[in-house]
Amino acid sequence: MKIEREQDVVPFRNRVKEFAVKIGMSLVNQTKLITAASELVRNMLKYANGGSVIIEIINQGRDNGIRLIFDDKGPGIKDIPLALKDGFSTGKSLGIGLPGARRLVSEFDIKSVEGKGTVVTIIKWKNG
Amino acid sequence: MDRIPILRMGQFLLVTIQIDLYDRLAVNLESDLVQMVSKTGARGVLIDISALTIVDSFMGRILGNIGNMSKIMDAETVVVGMQPAVAITLIELGLELQGVSTALNVEKGMLYLQEKIGNQIEAADDEDGVE
Repeated sequence: MKIEREQDVVPFRNRVKEFAVKIGMSLVNQTKLITAASELVRNMLKYANGGSVIIEIINQGRDNGIRLIFDDKGPGIKDIPLALKDGFSTGKSLGIGLPGARRLVSEFDIKSVEGKGTVVTIIKWKNG
Repeated sequence: MDRIPILRMGQFLLVTIQIDLYDRLAVNLESDLVQMVSKTGARGVLIDISALTIVDSFMGRILGNIGNMSKIMDAETVVVGMQPAVAITLIELGLELQGVSTALNVEKGMLYLQEKIGNQIEAADDEDGVE
């Protein structure tokens, strides 16, 4: 799914919700996943002028989950450990987007090449 | 352009957010509300977010801004009707809604505002009495 404008955020969140409902994720976990997704997609719009997100259902043993891959061609993140710290922001926001999103999901992975872009992958297990 | 309606009820302003806000709408609401507080001299602002399924850091910041702006315009802000899942998520996200009070539902929020404003008026009366 392409994310190019801020108006894309709400439909995107709805799509994530559809997937979460499909695998029977609890309301609390749905909310956590959607909030995390919302933070990441906002970052993507703000720092990289948009990008694309892949939404997929994954299985591991008996556990189902949702994997979201956020891919942008933005400026990249210079210091990832610093970016994951609470309260750090290069923009004028609260600086809790990235670290907050990490706390809300089961698995969180971030890869970034300066000048090339950033890929953030998150997984939320149905019962995780 | 889409706008969130702001209702006036006596000394208070009521806002019911019934759809998931996209950013522009939230920013508009923020400025509309502050202007309404100034225009009407409202003493309290009640924001009902019971229909919001998610509050992320941006929305949290808008709510906080409204609270702080209203405060310096001499109005109290109370946010009501937060869904349990939203509350759980907000805390894990690490977001404290600074500058706003919360109440469980609209009724309790109204009571809270009335008490808060009522006390202020009484206090002002007392001062008058001393003079």
